[in-house]
Amino acid sequence: MMSFKLAFKSMKKNMKDYVIYFLTLVLGVAIFYIFNSMDSQQAMMKMSESKQQIMDLMTQVLGGVSVFISFVLGFLIVYANNFLIKRRKKEFGLYMLLGMGKGKISKILLLETLLVGIFSLAIGLVIGIFASQLMSILVSKMFEADMSNYQFIFSQDALIKTLVYFAIIYLCVMVINVFATSKYKLIDLITAKNKNEKIKIKSPIISVIIFILSIGILGSAYYLAITKITQADILPIFLAIGLGCIGTFLFFYSLSGFMLKIIQTRKKIYQKDLNMFVLRQIDSKINTTVFSMSVICVLLFLTICIFSSAMSINNTLTTQLKTYTPIDATFNKRVNIAEGEKKPYTGTYSKQEAENAKISIKDSLQQAGIDVNQDFSEAITTYVYTTDTLKQIDSFKPIEAKIKKDYSAVDLTSKEPIMKLSEYNKIAPLYGNEPLTLKDNEFVVICNYDEIKNLRNEALQKGLTIEINGKTYVPKKLECQNAFYSISAQPMEAGTYILPDDALPEEGKTLEYLHVNYQGTTPQEKAKIEQKIANLSDRNGAANEITLSNLSAYTRTSIYDASKGLAATVTFIGLYLGIVFLISSSAILALKELSESSDNKERYKILRKIGADEKMINKALFKQIGIFYLIPLSLAVVHSIFGIKVCSIILAMFGKQDLVTSIAITAGFIVLIYGAYFLATYYGSKAIIKEE
Amino acid sequence: MEKILEVKQIEKYYGNKGNITKAIDNISFTVESGEFVGIMGASGSGKTTLLNCISTIDRVTAGNIYINNQDITKLKGNKLNQFRREELGFIFQDFNLLDTLTCYENIALALTIQKVNPKEIKKRVEEIADKLGIKEILKKYPYQISGGQKQRIASSRAIITNPKLVLADEPTGALDSKSARQLLENFEYLNKTLGATILMVTHDAFTASYASRILFIKDGKIFNELKRGSNTRKEFFSKIIEVVTLLGGELNDVI
Repeated sequence: MMSFKLAFKSMKKNMKDYVIYFLTLVLGVAIFYIFNSMDSQQAMMKMSESKQQIMDLMTQVLGGVSVFISFVLGFLIVYANNFLIKRRKKEFGLYMLLGMGKGKISKILLLETLLVGIFSLAIGLVIGIFASQLMSILVSKMFEADMSNYQFIFSQDALIKTLVYFAIIYLCVMVINVFATSKYKLIDLITAKNKNEKIKIKSPIISVIIFILSIGILGSAYYLAITKITQADILPIFLAIGLGCIGTFLFFYSLSGFMLKIIQTRKKIYQKDLNMFVLRQIDSKINTTVFSMSVICVLLFLTICIFSSAMSINNTLTTQLKTYTPIDATFNKRVNIAEGEKKPYTGTYSKQEAENAKISIKDSLQQAGIDVNQDFSEAITTYVYTTDTLKQIDSFKPIEAKIKKDYSAVDLTSKEPIMKLSEYNKIAPLYGNEPLTLKDNEFVVICNYDEIKNLRNEALQKGLTIEINGKTYVPKKLECQNAFYSISAQPMEAGTYILPDDALPEEGKTLEYLHVNYQGTTPQEKAKIEQKIANLSDRNGAANEITLSNLSAYTRTSIYDASKGLAATVTFIGLYLGIVFLISSSAILALKELSESSDNKERYKILRKIGADEKMINKALFKQIGIFYLIPLSLAVVHSIFGIKVCSIILAMFGKQDLVTSIAITAGFIVLIYGAYFLATYYGSKAIIKEE
Repeated sequence: MEKILEVKQIEKYYGNKGNITKAIDNISFTVESGEFVGIMGASGSGKTTLLNCISTIDRVTAGNIYINNQDITKLKGNKLNQFRREELGFIFQDFNLLDTLTCYENIALALTIQKVNPKEIKKRVEEIADKLGIKEILKKYPYQISGGQKQRIASSRAIITNPKLVLADEPTGALDSKSARQLLENFEYLNKTLGATILMVTHDAFTASYASRILFIKDGKIFNELKRGSNTRKEFFSKIIEVVTLLGGELNDVI
């Protein structure tokens, strides 16, 4: 009972130091619950089957991310706890001096951890349960689901998961605490407070040398990141990140010495008000927290990159959808198959498949129960031709050396797709493409996939001509035409030649395309036809439906669902990781700063005694905490400039990234959370150093 | 002689209704320019409270304190801070140096707070360091120097702003006897050569013997006053001992 009383009282007494720690725990618990309760959210939403599948996938992914998150939170809690325990050495010393055994002290600590754990879990879960109601609005919006029958949701699975994960974390903390107390010596505990933190003085010259070195390392990491990483080869990223981490550590290791040296030479600034004191404070603080500073900087960097990438994927996925799905569906099917011909990946085509290839898409659909005339308001057939005389390698002839070097893994022997000019023009209005005219020895390449487009443009500019059946064709324009002829979530057209109609023999036909719009004016009518097509895919695998073999269907609805689902998944993962990283780094900074403030109380007292007024002191405190918060953030922002660049290279397959919006959202998000922690730290410190 | 400090019938109570402790009970005295006054008393006699009231760190319950003809009991907020930093200099038992700053910076800080021009700061710090013999240690940090040196740095900081009154609270309390003697000789130098007015609180008779006048305090009241006059320091010291014996009680055991 006595231990309980002591534990409870000391928890209450330490509340000032604990408040941010406690709030962070509560926040961690709440976030953990919210993101794990996603599966129960779909219970109240009406949505299509494909959306449901995507949502299932998303909850699975989030579950996986949660394991990682629990490690991050676990690390944060253990770290923060160690840190707070260290500050109470004197208290434990007093207990021991009064004859309390180590076992008893461990017991008090255990109880304290238990109390903090129970309270934070309880409050966090309550907040989580209510906040998840708000979350469901976001979920339904992202999935465009119908949420008319709202009900209060509660996820038992998420509750149990949260309880188990956090119980494990708190258990670890308890074990570590017991272990730590067993090592304490009375003399150390009693004198703990008297020992001034050792002030490490680094030679300024060494600081300057290391600083320059760190800038060099960071510079080379940046250089690697922006010049060596391509979509085909992302391996240098690890080298860049490794160098970046080393550079960051050295940067913080030498920063304060370097900074101090520079500012000291500017007497006007250095010897103004309390600047001398502020700078020395920061100097001693950065020197003792090099490692945490580096960790915080890297966490912030990750937050910025993950969050802005997630936002930009979300943006591009949703904004591009409309442009690249102008019609209801595109079908395609292999034609002209000879029995025994090799399939694209493995195996050969069977006799039946070869027979099948002779049936047109329209006939296949008709046989499968879709009335082509009734169900479609528009249905245009086009073909893609190929020829042995035009392979990819021929398209890149002028830049062959570069391609072979940079894209050694890419197979360049596949045949290039070709379309007839008349067919291209026929479907041009459907897709919003620009109609073309060609002289009889001209060609145009259409392409809208950026990375490949750039390569093709380069080849065109370096004098690409092609030869088909002995006839030479020259490009009409020295750059690719932006166009496409199959609906997709994002620009995916990697390159198709448009040639005059007579350039191609009929036997070159390889793919048949059918571009359709559904009959009907209301969404319900269209949905009915969509359902028929969706049913096809279920029957596709069945042996008796072999007429449908090698037939692919891309419908606007399925693309929408998949994109929205992907966008939502990416956004939620970004939010989840971003928030946890951000609160972890902010909490570490806040705890450091607040505990220092109680140590610094004496220093501020001295300042008051020699005549500094409150305004001056508050200003000094604000500057000091502000700079302490800004330093890791500034470096993280610089890192991110290059990090985001790399992300957008890797994510190029999602199309052009709208970086401005996503960076603006990210900045807002960071200002909100990081800023809140900063203000809490400032006002907390101000209260601590205030004279009684 | 010009009156620097005038304390008029001040009282200071602690506690609440029904349980009042009178820390200062009707004390009045004056200090004139260029004086070196010691205040002696046992612990609990009210001497530190008196110093805190004079130094504007604490407020009196009743009475007035005039420093340089200004009633500091009427000052408030920023005016009080401004008064403290411009008119007073402090020297404390535990030095109160900022451990993150070099000695030079510790001294300079008193001037930067007053927004003195950086060029002048350098000149003034070097000047005072020269006088107190601490030039060699200016670049060092407080933890690298001895207690006596620390106290001399603190003294430099206290008088570099040319205060009307220097207040010293048990300045030798944390020093060994050799360092204490050195510091007190510095005080004499400050007082006699530089003309600083010093008010020093101590319970140590040896330390007090450096003053030109001593006020003895017991139970919040002035119990006795002793002037050095033309006595040598040693003669003055034995007189102090006599009074201390007379005072009896707790002060005895500090000799």
